[in-house]
Amino acid sequence: MKKRAVVPNIILSLLCILCVAPFILLVIASLTDENELIVHGYSFLPKKWSITAYVYLIQQAAVIVRAYGITILVTIAGTCVGVMLVSMLAYPLSRKDLPYGKVLAFIVFFTMLFNGGLVPTYLMYVRYFELKNTLWGLLIPGLLVNSFYVMIMRAYFVSSIPEAVIESAYMDGAGEFMIYIKIVMPLAVPIVATIGLFVGIAYWNDWYNGLIYITDPKLFSIQNVLNRIISDAQFLSSSNLGSTVNSAAVSLPTTAVRMAIAVITIMPILIAYPFFQKYFVRGISIGAVKG
Amino acid sequence: MADGKAVALKRKKRVKLKRYFMLYLMMVPGMVYLIINNYIPMFGLYLAFKNIDFRKGLWGSDWIGLKNFEFLFKSTDAFIITRNTILYNLAFIVINTFLAVMVAILLNEIVKVRRVKIYQSLLLLPYLISMVVVAYLVLAFLDNKGFINSAVITGLLKRKSGISWYSEAGYWSLIIIFVNAWKNIGYLCVIYYASIIGISVEYYEAAKLDGASMIQQIRFVTIPLIRPTIITMVLLSIGRMFYSDFGLFYQVPMDSGALYTATNVIDTYVYRALIKLSDIGMSSAAGVYQSVVGFVVVLCSNLAVRRIDKESALF
Repeated sequence: MKKRAVVPNIILSLLCILCVAPFILLVIASLTDENELIVHGYSFLPKKWSITAYVYLIQQAAVIVRAYGITILVTIAGTCVGVMLVSMLAYPLSRKDLPYGKVLAFIVFFTMLFNGGLVPTYLMYVRYFELKNTLWGLLIPGLLVNSFYVMIMRAYFVSSIPEAVIESAYMDGAGEFMIYIKIVMPLAVPIVATIGLFVGIAYWNDWYNGLIYITDPKLFSIQNVLNRIISDAQFLSSSNLGSTVNSAAVSLPTTAVRMAIAVITIMPILIAYPFFQKYFVRGISIGAVKG
Repeated sequence: MADGKAVALKRKKRVKLKRYFMLYLMMVPGMVYLIINNYIPMFGLYLAFKNIDFRKGLWGSDWIGLKNFEFLFKSTDAFIITRNTILYNLAFIVINTFLAVMVAILLNEIVKVRRVKIYQSLLLLPYLISMVVVAYLVLAFLDNKGFINSAVITGLLKRKSGISWYSEAGYWSLIIIFVNAWKNIGYLCVIYYASIIGISVEYYEAAKLDGASMIQQIRFVTIPLIRPTIITMVLLSIGRMFYSDFGLFYQVPMDSGALYTATNVIDTYVYRALIKLSDIGMSSAAGVYQSVVGFVVVLCSNLAVRRIDKESALF
C-alpha cells in the first residue's frame, strides 16, 4: 500500500508546484533589477536583484495605505452586516412552524435562478440610489446577501438546532429575538464563521464593483489600484494622491513595481491562509453537500 | 360555551401573530436587500424594449419593441459571444471534471492525513486569490519579456524572437482553458475528495479479495460510487452554461482588443457595451438574451438533476 503511494505523491507534488510557482515568479520578479527584467526578461533565477521597486512603493505609500484602508473598511463592514442579514434571514426560514415559510424561502431561492443582469442593476444603483463614486458602491451591489449562503445556513439550522430547545426556551418566556441571539447563534458558530470567511474573502478580492461604480481614484480599493496599474503603471505617480516626490526625475521601475504591488496585495491573505485553510476546505465541502 | 371557545381561539391567534411577528421582522433587512438588488433589476429587463433617452427618463423613453434585438442579432458579435460562451463552458466542464476527479483519486491514495491537508491547501491557493492577481501572474509568464518568451522560447528553443501573446488571438482559447483549470481544479477536487472518502472501506476490501488491481478498484468501485456527485456537479455547471467568469475573460487577457474574437463572451460584451460605449440598447438586449436563455437552461438542468438525485437538486 505504502509503496504504491509513491506515484501519487510525485504527481501531486508536481501539481502543487504548478499551483505555487507563479506566485514565486511574481515575488522574484518584484525583486529583480529593472534593467535585468528589460534585457533578459523574467526569471526564477535573476542575475541581479534589487529592492528599488519596494523603495519606490514606500515613497508612494499614501496611495497604497489609503486603498488598503478602504479594502479593510469595506471588508469588515460587508462581512459583519452580510453575515447578520444572512443569518437573520436563514433562521426564520429554518422554522418549520413559520406561516408562509415556503413562499418566503422561494422568494430568496428564486434569485439564484433568474436575474436582471448588469444593465438594469447598474442603472438602478447609479440613477436612483446614486451609488456611483461612493463607498456604498463597493459595499452594497451584489455582495451583501448571497442567497446561496442563506440556503446553506438554513439547512444547518434545520439539521443541528433541535426544535425542542427552541420550544422550551419559548415556554420559559424568551422572546423569538432573544432565542435567536442567546440560543441559536451560539449553536451556529461554526457555520457563521465559515460563511463569514467566504463573504470576507469575496469582499477582499472584489474588484468588480470598483470597476463599475468607482471612477474616482480616491475611493479605489487595493484590488482596483492593482487593476488600474496593470494597464497604467504610471498611475501611482500620476494620480494626485501620491506623495510629492518628483517622479519625473526618478526613472520609474515600471515592471518591477507592478509585480511588487501585486505582491503587497496578496501578502496579507497568503500570511493568513495557514490559519484559516481548515475552515476554507470545510466550507467548500459544505457547499458541495448542499450545492 | 361556544363563545368561550371562540375567544380562546382568537387569543391563540393573537399570541401566534405576536410570536411570529418578530421572526418576520428579522427577515425584513435581508428581504429588502434582495428586492432591491435582485427583484427590481428583473423588472428593469423591459428597458431592452425601449429606446433609452435620459432626457425622457427610463420609464418615459419610447417603446421600440424588438429593434434592439434585431440590431444585436444582425451583428456578428451575437454569434461570436454565444459561440465563445458555450464552447468555453463545455471545455471547462469536460477538462476540469476529468482532472479534478483524477486528482481527488490520487489524494485518496495518500495515507498520511497531514500530507493530504498540505496538498489540498496548495491546490486551493489559486482559488483563493482574485482574478486581478491572476492577471498579474499570467503577465509574468506571457509579457514580451515574460518567463515563457525569455526562458522557454528564446532561451530553451533558441528561437530568434518571442511571441507577442497579448496580440495573437490564436493561442488564447488554450490559455483561457489552462488558467481556468489552474484556478478551479483545487475547488472541484476538494468536493470530489469529500465524496470519495465517504465510500466505505468494505467495498475496497471486497474488491481486493476478488483480486482487483488498483486501476480496477478505481474503475469499478470509486468512479461508480462518486458518479452521483460528478453528475450533479456537471449538471450544475451546465445550468451556468450561458454565464461566464467575467474576470477570466476581461482581466486575464488584459482587455486586449486584438484578442476579442477569442475572449469576448456575453458577460464581457454586456459590460463593454454599457460602460465603455454607453450603448444601453445593445447591452440590455444582450443582457435579456442571457437572462432568459440562462433561466431556461438552469430549469432544464435542474430537472435532469432531480431525475438522478433528488437530494442534490436545487428545487
